[in-house]
Amino acid sequence: MIAPGTHVRVRDDWPEARGPCHIRTPHYLRGHTGVVLRHLGDFPNPEDLAFRRPPAVLPLYHVRFAQTEIWGEGGDELLVEVFGPWLEVEKTA
Amino acid sequence: MKNLLESPPDKLLTALRDILAAKSIVSPAEIAERIALTDAASPAQGARMVARAWTDPDYRALMLHDGAKAAEAAGIPMRGMPPLGVLADTPDLHHLVVCTLCSCYPRAVLGYPPFWFKSAAYRARAVRDPRGLLAEWGTVLPSHMKLTVVDSTADYRWMVLPLRPAGTEGFTEAQLAALVREGDMIGVTLPIASA
Repeated sequence: MIAPGTHVRVRDDWPEARGPCHIRTPHYLRGHTGVVLRHLGDFPNPEDLAFRRPPAVLPLYHVRFAQTEIWGEGGDELLVEVFGPWLEVEKTA
Repeated sequence: MKNLLESPPDKLLTALRDILAAKSIVSPAEIAERIALTDAASPAQGARMVARAWTDPDYRALMLHDGAKAAEAAGIPMRGMPPLGVLADTPDLHHLVVCTLCSCYPRAVLGYPPFWFKSAAYRARAVRDPRGLLAEWGTVLPSHMKLTVVDSTADYRWMVLPLRPAGTEGFTEAQLAALVREGDMIGVTLPIASA
């Protein structure tokens, strides 16, 4: 479990370049750093459900990103649901 | 065999319903019930929740803790629906909801998403240039007000609990509910007393 306040990096991974897949991690976040706000719950992995594979149950986190971190400009924030396996811990709270 | 996709859709639907019933997967009554629920869902449901939260602090606390429980408490059926998260605006913070990946939307409490919510332009601009997008809706946030754009990407659905507008002192809950619009609960607009 990743604690609130932990700095995380979204994996810079592109499964869509390797073949058919169903990903709930938006492309604009990949490789960018945010801060975990809270654990939202555990849910069956949509990447499995989409292909009728028995789903792994994964922790889902609400993660804050600064617009400047993603776009290089803007003073506002983005708040996005991201599944645990997509997150790499950078720095604990 | 003829391509299924070229079959008349009405016949295809009837055949599918018959097979589902014959295999006891879902009964015609259950399908009718679900259609009735889907048709009954509309922004008026969410507006009732917002008005109640504006007038009842306990209900507001429940709504922010567990949106689905708050919806159930308002008589909105949530069985089989995704969890509902509620984002409370404050005088210093505004929320805007988008689904950049598709069109995830809190249908149980707001009904079908409006056409623009599903457009590529809205989905792209809400995350890339949210203040520019809001300005086109006539929603200009003061520069001191922070903005959080909530991208609905996975298992939750999100609605905004906007601030109660000035000039509504003494309004009944029903009067308050009548002024809350669909866009106010997505965050593209703000409730106004004269609406």
